[in-house]
Amino acid sequence: MSYIKKPVARHPSLKPNTLGLTLRDYEGAMSTLCAGCGHDSITAAIVRALYELDTPPHMLAKLSGIGCSSKTPTYFVSGSHGFNSAHGRMPAIATGASAANRELTYIGVSGDGDSLSIGLGQMVHAIRRNVKMLYVIENNGVYGLTKGQFSASADVGSKSKKGEANTQAPLDPVMLALDIGATFVARSFSGDKAQLVPILKAGLRHDGFALVDVISPCVTFNDHEGSTKSYKHTRKHQLPILEADFVPFAAEITADYPEGAAHSVKMHDGSMVRFRKVAADYDPTDRANVASYLREHQRAGEVPTGLLYLDESSEDMHRAAKTVKTPLTRLTHEELCPGNAALRKLQEAFR
Amino acid sequence: MRPSDIGNPDYFHKVVDCQWACPAHTNVPEYIRLIAQGRYTDAYMLNRESNVFPAVLGRTCDRPCEPACRRTRVDEKPVAICRLKRVASDLKDDVTALLPRAPAQKNGKRIACVGAGPASLAVANDLMPLGYEVTIFEKSPIPGGLMRTNIPAFRLPAAVLDEEIDMILGMGVDVRYGAPVTSMKALLAEGYDAVFVGSGAPRGKELDIPGRRDSDRIHIGIDWLESVAFGHTDRIGERVLIIGVGNTAMDCCRTSRRLGGKDIKVMARKPRAYFKASPWELEDAEEEHIEIVINHEPIRFVIENGKLTGMEFQRFESKEEGGKLVQTKLDKVFLPADDVILAIGQEAAFPWIERDLGIDFDKWEMPVVDKVTFQYSRPGVFSGGDAAWGPQNIIWAVAHAHQAALSIHAYCQGTSLTERPPQGMTLSSAKMGLHEWSYKNDYNSIGRQKMKHVDLVERFKKMNVEVELGFSAEQTAREVERCLNCDLQTVFTDSLCIECDACVDVCPVLCLTIAPDGEEADVRKRLSAPATNPKQDLFASGPLPQTSRIMLKDEDLCVHCGLCAERCPTAAWDMQKFNLLLPYAGKPCKTR
Repeated sequence: MSYIKKPVARHPSLKPNTLGLTLRDYEGAMSTLCAGCGHDSITAAIVRALYELDTPPHMLAKLSGIGCSSKTPTYFVSGSHGFNSAHGRMPAIATGASAANRELTYIGVSGDGDSLSIGLGQMVHAIRRNVKMLYVIENNGVYGLTKGQFSASADVGSKSKKGEANTQAPLDPVMLALDIGATFVARSFSGDKAQLVPILKAGLRHDGFALVDVISPCVTFNDHEGSTKSYKHTRKHQLPILEADFVPFAAEITADYPEGAAHSVKMHDGSMVRFRKVAADYDPTDRANVASYLREHQRAGEVPTGLLYLDESSEDMHRAAKTVKTPLTRLTHEELCPGNAALRKLQEAFR
Repeated sequence: MRPSDIGNPDYFHKVVDCQWACPAHTNVPEYIRLIAQGRYTDAYMLNRESNVFPAVLGRTCDRPCEPACRRTRVDEKPVAICRLKRVASDLKDDVTALLPRAPAQKNGKRIACVGAGPASLAVANDLMPLGYEVTIFEKSPIPGGLMRTNIPAFRLPAAVLDEEIDMILGMGVDVRYGAPVTSMKALLAEGYDAVFVGSGAPRGKELDIPGRRDSDRIHIGIDWLESVAFGHTDRIGERVLIIGVGNTAMDCCRTSRRLGGKDIKVMARKPRAYFKASPWELEDAEEEHIEIVINHEPIRFVIENGKLTGMEFQRFESKEEGGKLVQTKLDKVFLPADDVILAIGQEAAFPWIERDLGIDFDKWEMPVVDKVTFQYSRPGVFSGGDAAWGPQNIIWAVAHAHQAALSIHAYCQGTSLTERPPQGMTLSSAKMGLHEWSYKNDYNSIGRQKMKHVDLVERFKKMNVEVELGFSAEQTAREVERCLNCDLQTVFTDSLCIECDACVDVCPVLCLTIAPDGEEADVRKRLSAPATNPKQDLFASGPLPQTSRIMLKDEDLCVHCGLCAERCPTAAWDMQKFNLLLPYAGKPCKTR
């Protein structure tokens, strides 16, 4: 970790966004992760996505559990709300927070250990409830904080730093999410911000649970020959199967977006996701098609990336539960707790 | 793009903007670090190596380094480089034992220098330790040239000047005072092995308008300053007009203030943006309640009954149109004055060089000086300082003198003058441990320290009360922290890079990019942030191992915080201390 703070000196041509904030205003504390950690790149991508979406820092809540990944919310948007939960319990906290205040933007940052082992039951229920949040899995295939044991996402045959091969089948968060009905499923690579930033922006605007699995090499314990989650291996086998452009609602749609866009999906707030360079036999809105396509290519050792599946028709937790539009945090005590008479009336209804 | 050639000393030298801008290439960041460590003597000696007069320049330098200072790109004001130099000279110990010495055994070569100003003195400084016998001919009774006569004592105390001149003369230079050279032919006849003309630009420019010759209260600025310096003039009228707005005008108006001037106006023909005076000299004059009047052009001196009563001026209105100054005439005005001082420029003059000596003159009647060798068309005669190409300032005279001394040495040794000895460099890693460097890389956002001045009443009591008090210990401690250590270079080894983006992500000024290679114009479009300063290089690496993309760095804005190196997992980035090696007469530098 660096001992100094990042200099306040900034590039004079940094443009402020509509809130008058520059990119650097979305930074957090200096990272204490290992130098070269993929997670820091994802942090930088989140910073850029939030800046470009003109997100007011005080309207953002960042949540995490335990692990290297879960330290990262400290490193972006210092002026936002934050919650660091018990190991694997972040989805429940996020669900509760979202229930209480539906106006905030929620980012959950988790890792393969936090989400796929101890927190697996938590994550799948947040997906089931379609909690409106961006859920980033910083996936490196190892337990970095405990010195590099295989995690549940390690591929069969992938070698540890000492040379032992993993024998247990991996849990694939993308296939899992597709299978249980997630409405926004993406995979990306920490070393590919050109792809990652638009995905994060679309995920932040998605009206439901947006799962983004990001291959994020562990530079200390999983960046060697034989690892399937190293920088080198991921670069060699990454298969960007489609490009997604996020077009904010207010932006003018001009010739910047060339023809050949196979699909355009209108997001809940009026913004658009435009898919480009999509393989002919791929349909990012057809769940069964996506699942079979991915299974086929992953079997061949490839790492398909992109905004893989998007369904903007589903209802998020609040719409499904028909909650009031006003965030619960802004309701008065009388509205939240209408008294004994109202309770009796409700109970009568169940007799 | 072609990978940058960081083996050429010029590449990293350009990154050290202050050193690159300094004509003598003083190693500024290194001496500022020495001051930060309290090593004032070492800082002084490092300065002296390149600029010879640190104490003088620490008070009077025109500071080309400061406008160039990298700090101005991320902060309002540059590091107070010049005043830190003064700190080193004020606080140094006795340096006698560290000074160059002339050997007892001379090398048998005799050199004549014309004028005992900074150029000749610096030539003597370089040649005396090599065994040359240097003789300086000076018209005044004391040495120093314009440092003595044109810079008032309230800016440069005589004792400070004397100390640094004595360091040179103490090596046994033979100075002939009161001995103006009136004939080059006669001087050459004395059989010197080489002659150096460092006679400066001692002739003030005239203003030939009606009335100029009709009063003895109209003075030529530099002559008047000289007569004040030698004590021949000790008063001036209450109402003084200074014509011209260069640094000499600033010295004239402030000197007038001390000799009885009460209503002093500096008259400028153009608006402030076009002034020649350094901004800090203008500020110092205005602090002393000098009025600076713009858009006034002198038309005539008004003489009544043989007595100067004032001057008439044409007033202008100034506008800028398409980057050009457009002035339209308004009315004429009369301004009363008891004295007028002309400070509209100065020039060299060579009535004493005969035209049949094989020395070519140009159309302005200036001897032609070779820009590389500093030699006249007649072999063995050299020149530097204001005498060579007209008025500049002390630091240029010193820079010229080093080059002229190199040439004189080569000439006397019979080696080539045109093949200049190359500059060299050393690069050494600054890594001291995990994220620990041999320099302080923490950015300090503190503002420039303000120089304290003697209060107005006190400073006007005597001519030689030095106005600037120098930095206090606290101010020095704060100011040194503002230096960005531009000589601590970011050195990149492309074969080690794993393209993890850590450096790109952490850079506070977005100066790094990893992008596909291509033509420079295209590559520039891919930068993390626009590179807007075309004078600064764009570093390009060779192809990176994993993707064949290249690492790019806009040298313009780097604040040398070293975070790219700290966040690099493979030490592909390293912070390395760059040390420029400069050749001096008899002391070529090692090159790689």
